[in-house]
Amino acid sequence: MTETLSGDSALWRAMYRAMLRIRRFEEAIGDCVESGEIIGPAHLYIGEEAVATGVCLALRRDDFIFGAHRSHGHYLAKGGDMAALAAEIFGKATGCSEGRGGSMHIIARDVGLLGTSALVGGGFGPGVGTALASRLQGRDRVTAIFFGDGATEEGIFFEALNFAALHHLPVIFVCENNGYSSHLRIQERQPIDTLYEHAAVYRIPSIRVDGNDVRAVHQTGLEAVDRARKDQGPTFIEAMTYRWRGHVGPKLDLDVGLRTREELDSWIARCPIENLANFMDEVGAWNPGERQAIDREVAQEVATAIGFARQSPRPDPSELLWHVYQD
Amino acid sequence: MSIKTEARKTGQPLVGPPAGDRALDYGSALNEAFLQLMERDPTMVLIGQGLYSPWYVGNSMVKLEERFGKERVIDCPVSESAMTGVAIGLALAGVRAVMVHPRMDFMVYATDPIFNQAAKAHYMFAGQVNVPVVIRGIINRGNEQAAQHAQALQSIYMHQPGLKVVMPATPYDAKGLLIASVRDDNPVIFIDDRWLYSQVAPVPEDFYVVPLGKGAVLRPGSDVTVVATSYMTVEALSAAEQLAGSGVSVEVIDPRTLKPLDEELIYSSVEKTGRLVVADAAFPTCGAASEIAALAAEHAFSSLKAPIQRVTLPDAPAPCSTSLEEVYFPKAENIVLAIQRTLKP
Ligand SMILES: Cc1ncc(C[n+]2csc(CCOP(=O)(O)OP(=O)(O)O)c2C)c(N)n1
Ligand SMILES: [Mg+2]
Repeated sequence: MTETLSGDSALWRAMYRAMLRIRRFEEAIGDCVESGEIIGPAHLYIGEEAVATGVCLALRRDDFIFGAHRSHGHYLAKGGDMAALAAEIFGKATGCSEGRGGSMHIIARDVGLLGTSALVGGGFGPGVGTALASRLQGRDRVTAIFFGDGATEEGIFFEALNFAALHHLPVIFVCENNGYSSHLRIQERQPIDTLYEHAAVYRIPSIRVDGNDVRAVHQTGLEAVDRARKDQGPTFIEAMTYRWRGHVGPKLDLDVGLRTREELDSWIARCPIENLANFMDEVGAWNPGERQAIDREVAQEVATAIGFARQSPRPDPSELLWHVYQD
Repeated sequence: MSIKTEARKTGQPLVGPPAGDRALDYGSALNEAFLQLMERDPTMVLIGQGLYSPWYVGNSMVKLEERFGKERVIDCPVSESAMTGVAIGLALAGVRAVMVHPRMDFMVYATDPIFNQAAKAHYMFAGQVNVPVVIRGIINRGNEQAAQHAQALQSIYMHQPGLKVVMPATPYDAKGLLIASVRDDNPVIFIDDRWLYSQVAPVPEDFYVVPLGKGAVLRPGSDVTVVATSYMTVEALSAAEQLAGSGVSVEVIDPRTLKPLDEELIYSSVEKTGRLVVADAAFPTCGAASEIAALAAEHAFSSLKAPIQRVTLPDAPAPCSTSLEEVYFPKAENIVLAIQRTLKP
């Protein structure tokens, strides 16, 4: 095996593990929603793992990311603590937001996630703001903003693109185009479905990538990060992907006539994790027993995180008014 | 077209719609109002997120798209500000429009067209234009949805001259007030609460209006007046029932419209009881409860035997965890305690 391939296989293993952590975690969360253990809304990222993974593996620990309502995957891929995420989704005091925020309001400051807003488009303004801060502070830190196709319908999307382009800020717009906003397909909401073209208008380098191909996303991410790091301005990445589960919760949304079994199956056949694993098989990138070992470790890690969440206490009611203001 | 105006007069007890009407749940009552409005006005338009969705807006918008087509029932992009502006433009051009925001929290993106345009156009242009638009905001909270999926923002709209603000609590009022709101020539903020959707009560099949600006006495009483908005009427009636056992007679008033407010109804009740509790499940500062308390203090001060009490949310965003939600959202128990405070010698 050549030097490069062994170097790459370490990266591919990392990608495989990162995507599998998200997949298994989200499956477990879905089960806990089904069983009633999780009360609040949980928007699952199953099927889209390659986007968060590919981009986040191109980022540094101190780089910022922003997400929205469907951000468990972003949190995990950037390196946030899994047990604290699980506990937050369970509404527990040990959660990353101490049970105040829940699934849609997650934070991992130590790895650059400053907190997710659940309003569609909520990441644009603050995301661009952190990029401006990095510039003003003389740091080569970059910001990646993850958002859905639906978010490109909010006016603030264009306002943020404009300002970021005007000041060539170190920011990467990562559009996760999964074809749906809640119950509506993109064709019912926009006259075009080539969302990267929106950014081209502002002369922002923009590219559409197969969002289920983690290596392609990663390569695109590396180029975008490089550009931002060198102070050459923003990049727009449109990653074409699909969420396997319904808009919210573990169900598939097939029964309510929103999408077809065939459509779902065609995307399941393009599973980002299987894609990568098959490729690694083909090029002989696995050491013997390695994949199984990762699978076991990830299963164990998820079980531990869910167990931790389950056993943790809820916040004490006497703390209701904590944190409204900084003392 | 004939329209029945509700016969009740200010100050008269309201005991519900005429007996014998079939019962409808709150969402179905709204749905029927939409249906009847759309039938009668062939140019009327509904816009909003989730109008084609099986889960977004409860049962209040079902079958409308099927019946009236996608041209008049528009499920829209995630563009609250622009779509609300579009509804205002329709109204300026003479098309009655109802803009539906499935959650008040998302409607914050639409504050500019509502505050700066709809509310002010009639005034700024000396009455040459008017904006007969209804902007419907739905309160949807609890179940660990947390701070951005919880808000009841009625007071910010009350604050704006030029807007009317309606908050029906019963299926009967939901239908009658929606019809009145659409027929009103001003911008109306129509606020309903998902916690009310399980309410079932008689609703006439007729096309009727409940006039804006007229409150209702939901339960007559003589010791304490409780003015409760929207869902808090349910908690207030339960508090009144609990206290009846211990000999306290509570009058429960539902203003139904927060702006214009049926002040006379409130003052005359306070003149009778001498005590006032205002229950509004929203942030306390500058809230609907504060406004009603201030008005009563100004206009019925000499009748008051005890300080006015407010029952509201605490001055804090909504938490996620149920352990905190439990103590966050006000309930009958909080109203009982507030009533007891007014009764302390
Ligand atoms: C401002 C605002 N409007 C509406 C909603 C309701 N909502 C929650 S998620 C969602 C769909 C967003 O679609 P997209 O941005 O494509 O993200 P996806 O869910 O597909 O990941 C909508 C409309 C919201 N949270 N915020
Ligand atoms: Mg989407």
